[in-house]
Amino acid sequence: MVTTLATAAEHGAEVAASTGAPLEMAWLIPIIPMVSAAVIWGVGKRFPKKGAEIGILAMLAVLAGALVVFFDTIGHIAADEGWHGYERAVTWMNFGPGTTLELGFKVDGLAAVLLVVVGVVATMVHLYASSYMHDEVRVTHFFASLSLFTASMLNLVLANNTIQMLVGWEGMGVCSYLLIGHWWEKHENSSAAIKAFLTTRVGDVGFMLGIFVLFWGAQSFNVGVISEMATAGDIAKGTLTVGAILLFCGAIGKSAQFPLHTWLPDAMAGPTPVSALIHAATMVVAGVYLVARMFPVFAAAAPVALEEVAIIGSITMLIAALLALVQDDLKKVLAYSTISQLGYMIAGLGVHAYTASVFHIWTHAWFKALLFLGAGSVIHAVHSNKMSDMGGLYKKMPVTSITYIIGGLALAGFPPFAGFWSKDELVLGAYTQAMEGSGAAMFTFIAMLVTAFLTALYVARMLALTFFGKPKYDEKHVHPHESPKLMIVPLMILAALAVAGGWVGLPGEMNQFGKWVHLPGSEHEPFNMMIAVVSTGAALAGFGIGWAIFRLGKVKVDLQKTALAPVYKLLVNKYYLDDIYWKFIVRPVRDRLSAAAYWINMKVLDGAVNAAGIVAVKTGDFMYRDVDQGLIDGGVNNLAGLMGLAGSKLKFWQTGNMQRYAAAMFLGVAVLVGAFVFFRI
Amino acid sequence: MPLNWVLVLTTFLFCVGVYGVLARRNAVIVLMSIEIMLNAVNLNLIAFNGALEGDRLIGQVFALFVIAIAAAELGVGLAIVLLIYRNSFTVSLDEVNLLKW
Repeated sequence: MVTTLATAAEHGAEVAASTGAPLEMAWLIPIIPMVSAAVIWGVGKRFPKKGAEIGILAMLAVLAGALVVFFDTIGHIAADEGWHGYERAVTWMNFGPGTTLELGFKVDGLAAVLLVVVGVVATMVHLYASSYMHDEVRVTHFFASLSLFTASMLNLVLANNTIQMLVGWEGMGVCSYLLIGHWWEKHENSSAAIKAFLTTRVGDVGFMLGIFVLFWGAQSFNVGVISEMATAGDIAKGTLTVGAILLFCGAIGKSAQFPLHTWLPDAMAGPTPVSALIHAATMVVAGVYLVARMFPVFAAAAPVALEEVAIIGSITMLIAALLALVQDDLKKVLAYSTISQLGYMIAGLGVHAYTASVFHIWTHAWFKALLFLGAGSVIHAVHSNKMSDMGGLYKKMPVTSITYIIGGLALAGFPPFAGFWSKDELVLGAYTQAMEGSGAAMFTFIAMLVTAFLTALYVARMLALTFFGKPKYDEKHVHPHESPKLMIVPLMILAALAVAGGWVGLPGEMNQFGKWVHLPGSEHEPFNMMIAVVSTGAALAGFGIGWAIFRLGKVKVDLQKTALAPVYKLLVNKYYLDDIYWKFIVRPVRDRLSAAAYWINMKVLDGAVNAAGIVAVKTGDFMYRDVDQGLIDGGVNNLAGLMGLAGSKLKFWQTGNMQRYAAAMFLGVAVLVGAFVFFRI
Repeated sequence: MPLNWVLVLTTFLFCVGVYGVLARRNAVIVLMSIEIMLNAVNLNLIAFNGALEGDRLIGQVFALFVIAIAAAELGVGLAIVLLIYRNSFTVSLDEVNLLKW
């Protein structure tokens, strides 16, 4: 306990010594959207755009704050390579000697980068949504939830302790539930919202237990303290391993990793701007951010915890990329690609490629937000989610098409687009670890290369089916046209970032990102030409094959008629995971557990309640009839009756005869006089 | 004249009055009996004054008050009796018992 306090004090002193004025106010950044959510919920309806303008204004303020903090942070890092970050906290709750819960924030390179990601994407999504959601139902509610969603993510990013992270984490869970189920009138949508909420909840339990285990080990919720103690070896390795794996369970749920990824494709039921926000900047990134933030714990718990992370990430990226190949719904292709890219990030963390993973969050945010918003624009135009209803949109919607193609190429990892630089670093990280003899890293390396190939393949398919070829929509009724300016401008901004966003992480001396976000012990690998060529080659091959099949029709493949038919069936049915969950988890829980719970509820609990009710009624009855009516009222009545009886008997003493009264008076006087005389009083 | 003699006389007079009030039925006789009682008291007052105070005429003054009030009382009393007689043609107290249960 005493050592913990000393560590906390040292840690605080060390951090406080290197302060900067703008950083002190960083806590305002999550407060702004929180307030705006409250204002929109309160009075948003009275505004001309039903609260959208408040949300946009708040997001612009957040973006401005995030940029100020970001530039200040990189200034500090440029001045001092060993800068640890700025932390400030007040005591929130005091549990007794040495155990306090703080309410604070911590700004370092990692948090600053995430702030910019969240700020930019949230601003773009708000701008876009103010047009996209223009004449939808419950606009006010939508923008309030969006603000709260952003606030929760910012809170998570800036939190300096695990409990505060949990608050942001759960806040996002609630907001995702509200937003995915925005059009709840359709039963599928509300089911998707419930599925997203409950599936992530499975992981959340792990996250919470992980927090408790780490608290048990470190006697602190503070991220910095836990990390330092983990690195210094002050926490038993078993505790660390269990804690890290439990934390990772939370990340599996939130970041939609195998086997809890099934909620994410269904979450496409929400409005498209929400999908963009969930997929690019908030929610799913939270899991990766959690692992990155707590990475010293994972590193100290190596190899077990890290290998688990690497393997789960690798499995996820592979299966999700395969699933993306067979989807017809444009948004579901993007959803599976997100799962796959999150797998990249997670696996990257698992192979010590810390900087590269965070870099991939950064680049992925730009192109995935762009792709989702672009998909929204397309869906808006053709009134359908299905790629079998699209095609040939290139000429009708040039801006959307060009920006979307840029996003797609960035996703596929072609140089010089953003995705290439981060993906390349991830592959390189896995390769380096594999060369050092790690089996899990070898598996990750191969999975990454295969996924790079598959990614390019489904990107080619998606682009070909959506924008090229013959129109497949009903040309008589659907007339696609370019979307309004408010939707186009965010697309162009994001497209610029999807091209240039990766250039902050160029190889060699130019690499700024590696300075902003780095962790001692997980050093950045220098650029390796061979790996770059191999991964780009895989992507080119995938794209070429995809283009040949789906655009040019050079290779005619009907999967259902070849030896691959069972594979195709497996993919279309999403590996039967949903069916397995349905059959072995949902149904038993619903039919057995729920029935048992219902029986207990009806027979035991209701019985007890009914018995209590009956006893109460009987007691009340007894109290009324016997005690109140019988004893109390009876007593009063009987007393009155007695008095009446006495009166009726005694009244005859009043005869009306004057002389009797006089006689009584004389008698009384005589008695008194007698008493006076006799007793001499 | 010794005080005791006067006291015996006044006691006799008072007893006569009491008997008249309690025993006679005629309302007029009852009023007269009350006068006798009052006069017995007056005699008592005067006798005690003579025996105890001498020349200071405190008892006599009280007696005068009693006489004045007795006159007033008799006036009211006779008026009531007269009205009772006008209403019920009787002055017998046995029959004038309206103020009963």
